[in-house]
Parts: sequence; C-alpha cells; structure tokens
Amino acid sequence: MGDVVKYLSDAGTRAALWSMLLDHVWLSLLPLVISVVLAVVLGLVCHRYRRLNGFVVGLSNVVYTIPSLALFAIIPAVIGTQVLNPVNVVLALTIYTTALLVRPVVEALNAVPAHVTAAATAMGFRPWRRFLTVELPLSVPVLAAGVRVGSVSNISLVSVGALIGTGGLGTLFTDGFRQRYLAPIAIGIVLTLALALVVDLLLVGLRNLVTPWARAGRA
Amino acid sequence: MIEFRGVTKRFDDGTIAVNGLDLVVEAGTITVFVGPSGCGKTTSLRMVNRMIDPTSGTVLVDGRDVLTVDPPKLRLGIGYVIQQAGLFPHRTVLDNVATVPLLSGWSKGRARTRAAELLELVGLPAELGRRYPVQLSGGQQQRVGVARALAADPPVLLMDEPFSAVDPVVREGLQDELLRLQAELDKTIVFVTHDIDEAVRIGEKVAVFREGGVLAQYAPPAELLARPADDFVAGFVGKDRGYRSLSFVDAAGVEVRPVETADEPGGDGRWRLVVDADRRPQGWRAPDGSTVPGGSLYESGGPVRGALDAALSSPSGLGVVVDAEGRLAGVVEARQVLDVIESRRG
Ligand SMILES: Nc1ncnc2c1ncn2[C@@H]1O[C@H](COP(=O)(O)OP(=O)(O)O)[C@@H](O)[C@H]1O
Ligand SMILES: [Mg+2]
Repeated sequence: MGDVVKYLSDAGTRAALWSMLLDHVWLSLLPLVISVVLAVVLGLVCHRYRRLNGFVVGLSNVVYTIPSLALFAIIPAVIGTQVLNPVNVVLALTIYTTALLVRPVVEALNAVPAHVTAAATAMGFRPWRRFLTVELPLSVPVLAAGVRVGSVSNISLVSVGALIGTGGLGTLFTDGFRQRYLAPIAIGIVLTLALALVVDLLLVGLRNLVTPWARAGRA
Repeated sequence: MIEFRGVTKRFDDGTIAVNGLDLVVEAGTITVFVGPSGCGKTTSLRMVNRMIDPTSGTVLVDGRDVLTVDPPKLRLGIGYVIQQAGLFPHRTVLDNVATVPLLSGWSKGRARTRAAELLELVGLPAELGRRYPVQLSGGQQQRVGVARALAADPPVLLMDEPFSAVDPVVREGLQDELLRLQAELDKTIVFVTHDIDEAVRIGEKVAVFREGGVLAQYAPPAELLARPADDFVAGFVGKDRGYRSLSFVDAAGVEVRPVETADEPGGDGRWRLVVDADRRPQGWRAPDGSTVPGGSLYESGGPVRGALDAALSSPSGLGVVVDAEGRLAGVVEARQVLDVIESRRG
C-alpha cells in the first residue's frame, strides 16, 4: 500500500498513467465501434443469403480460436506495418470482436418474428427501410449483450498488446514485472477493472436508452 | 373492386396453391375466403398486394393489373391485418398505428393525430396509445392491427384469419366491431378464415376453397347454407345447416301475441311472464307458483332463427319477443314460426 502511494506521489507518473489510460480506451473501443458496423453488415448479408450463415459463423469461430498474441505478431507481417504500430492492435481486436458479434447479430435478425416482417412488407416498407427501422432495432438487445462481452474482452486483450509494446495500461504490467515492482501492477489491475466496469455501465445505459420497449413487458 | 382472372400459383417446389381462380370481389363489400387449412386462401390474398406473384393469370385492383404497380406503392393503398397482429414490438401503440401515414409522407404530428382518431374508432382508450404491444391483451392487439391497417384510409383491406387467435367471446365482439366499422367505412374487404361460422356471420359473399386451391362455390351465405354446390361444400358447411340458414330468413308474418304477466291478478295454473318496472322480462312464474329463468329473447325484426330459438328455449314453450330497448313486446310459439317457414317454401 505504501508502495502504491509513493508510486502515485510523482506527478510525472500520474501524467503517464493518464495517457496510458486514454491509450487503453481508444485501443479497445475503436475496434469495438468498427466491429459493430462490420458485424451488422455481415449479419445483414447472412440474413439475406441464408446459405452463407454456416460459412460465416464457422469462419468466425475459427478466427476466435487464434491466440491473440499470435495475431498481434502476424498482422505486421501481413499488412507491412511496424511491429509497434497501434494499427496492429486495432486491426487484431476488430477481427476478434467482429467474429464475436457476427453470430449473435445473425441470430437476432433471424429471430425477428416472421409475422412482424411480413406485416412491415405488407404495409409498404422497402427492404432497406424495413431493415433499418424494424429488424435492426429489434436486434439491439442481443447485439448489446454481445457488445458488452466484446468490450470486456477488448479491454483485457489490449493489455496483452503491451507485450509487443503498443501502449495502454498493459505497459504497467510489463514494466512492473521487469522491475519486480508490485505497485504499477496493482494499479494496472485496478484501472483495468475500473475501466471495464465504467464502459459496461455506459453500455447498459445506452442500451436502456435505445430499447425502452424491451423492458415494457416486465413492468 | 378486386378481380382474379384465371389465377394459378405454383410454388418452386411444385405445390399448386391456387388453381385457375376466377372471382370478382365487389367494391364496398366483405368477401370471405373460407376452406380447410392449406387450400390456398392466404396465397390468394397475398397475390392481391404482391406479397406473392401469380404463376399465370391476372389480378386486378380497380381495373389495374397489380403486376404493373411497384409493390411498396401498391401496398400503401391496401390495408393488411394478420392473425398475430404483426405489431412492431419496439414501437408504441400510437406509433404502430401511425406507420402507414408516415410511410406515405405525412408529417409526424398529422400522422399521430390520425392514429389517435383510429384508436378511438376501433374502441380503444387513448391512454393505450402510449403502451407497447406486449402490454395489451390479444383482443386489444387485434384492434390495434385493424386500426393500423385503416390509418391511411386505404380503399381495400385484406384480413388473414385476423381473429383466429383470440378466444370465442372476444372474437364475436371483434366481428361485430368489424361489421359496425364496415357500415361506416364502406371498404372493399377480403377476409380469410377457416371457420365457416365466422364466414357466414360476416361475409356478404363467401368463397369456399377446396384442397388444391380450387374454388368450390362462391355465393352469399344464405345460398351456401341452402344450396351447397356439392358434397364437399355441404360437408364443410357442416351440421345443422338447415337450422343455421334460418339466420338469413326474416320473420315477417310471424304473429306476436300478448302474454299474461305475473303482476296481473288471477291466472292460476297458467305460465305467466315476470317483468320488472320497465317491462323487461325477468323469467317465468310456473303454474305451481315457482319462478324459473326464461329462455333466449328474440328482438323483434331479427331473423326467424332467433324467434324459433326463443320458443324452443322457453320453459313455457312461449318465445319472448322484446323491442330494441329490451322491453316486452309479446310472445310467439314454435308452431307459428314453423308455419311461416313452411308457407315460404310454397
Ligand atoms: N412459400 C411456399 N412454398 C411452397 N409451398 C407453399 C408456400 N406457401 C404456401 N405453400 C403451400 O401452398 C398451399 C396453400 O397454402 P396457403 O395459401 O397458405 O393455404 P391456407 O391459407 O388456405 O391455409 C399449401 O399446401 C402450402 O403448404
Ligand atoms: Mg392461411
């Protein structure tokens, strides 16, 4: 405990922590946002062409089993970036999170009751409008559950990225281990947990804001 | 007016769902498509709004071949109500009803005002507008479905087993409501059901379909009951059709006679009717002095079936006739009713 207080008493350290935290936030959330868009697009394609369902879901399962460290290391070789380039982490996490989200999105779209979509079509909705205003909103609760898992998983995976030197709170672990100094490790754990918790609460709030109907039946 | 000309639908798997359908649905009427499950009723209905396109033949709405109209545009002018209502779970009841006006380009305010009017028209309290569909009963959801289909005032209304999923008492209420609405709105309605009683109750004309998507008979309900075209229709129309056809026979000529009431002095040893201060029937005073519940009441001017049923269900054998306010008008005997029915055959 004393160690932690001493460690935090240095203004330079505090500034460094703050910047690591900010790095961690964008490194983990940017891929999340991109993945949501990608997963919805892929989900729409699978929903339209049901034959693709098995292929896309199978592929996403395979992708998800690739070890994160391996992916971090392979990407620079494939796309020709520097090993330390943060794009590697963003890309790797985007791949992971998209793989994670595709399946629930496809399932949620397929679970929209046929009578609801038939009624929409019969009322004169064109396919795009129907997708954006009926099927997609009805998939939000399932999508949101996936996004929550994805955010936690990304926040923890960004720390792994520190092993290849991409910044974020993981740096505290690598530094701490190298210097055999416990304080940064403890602080790293606390900040990572706090970040995951805050992001989750924000996601739940956002979900509740856009799906008031989902809780109506239980009132 | 909706016209099917030699319409056949064969699905990709070879199923012939509708086979050579020729039929005209007159404007401003309720026409019912009825038949056992799988005989092509839904397919026929969906060819009107192009949810399904025919393999051959032509469907015309107001003289226009529907295949020449862009489906979403066509559908804006054709209301559609289905069994599970198909309401949007993520929109309030009011916004559900406002859907088609909004799609048709109305302003949000005008669409909502219109939606509120429609809720009132189908007999739902305005507060329900703020709820979500899951917070309504099945019967209420169906009313919302009807309101939503009527919101943009389409001339044509397609209804696919709209009341099949609600319990019988609620269903009868919804049927009455539809007839009341239709008297006011004068739409061209095609109503699909597998229930022959529902068909003869609400249809001005009834099209009976048989397996293979073939039209077996197309006639007004009275004719269907009195003169089924073949054994299939006779079997489908079901038991008691002679009795049920009395629903379409008026009771002119059945003489209504006065009856002794229990508040008059004397009359020992005879059946006397118990009435309240407004002369509404309350039951019968039997010859032994005990009071027993009455049978069904026949409202003067109704079809002859009600008169016969009142007589048959009455403990005294005298069917009680009331006026529109439910006050005693007199009594009839089964014999008189049967005499009138017999004399009509002549
Ligand atoms: N999309 C489809 N593909 C193949 N066969 C279908 C399809 N839709 C309906 N059918 C078949 O067409 C026949 C008529 O169906 P439908 O019009 O739904 O009957 P109903 O509404 O009278 O119960 C049935 O045999 C049904 O199985
Ligand atoms: Mg059907």
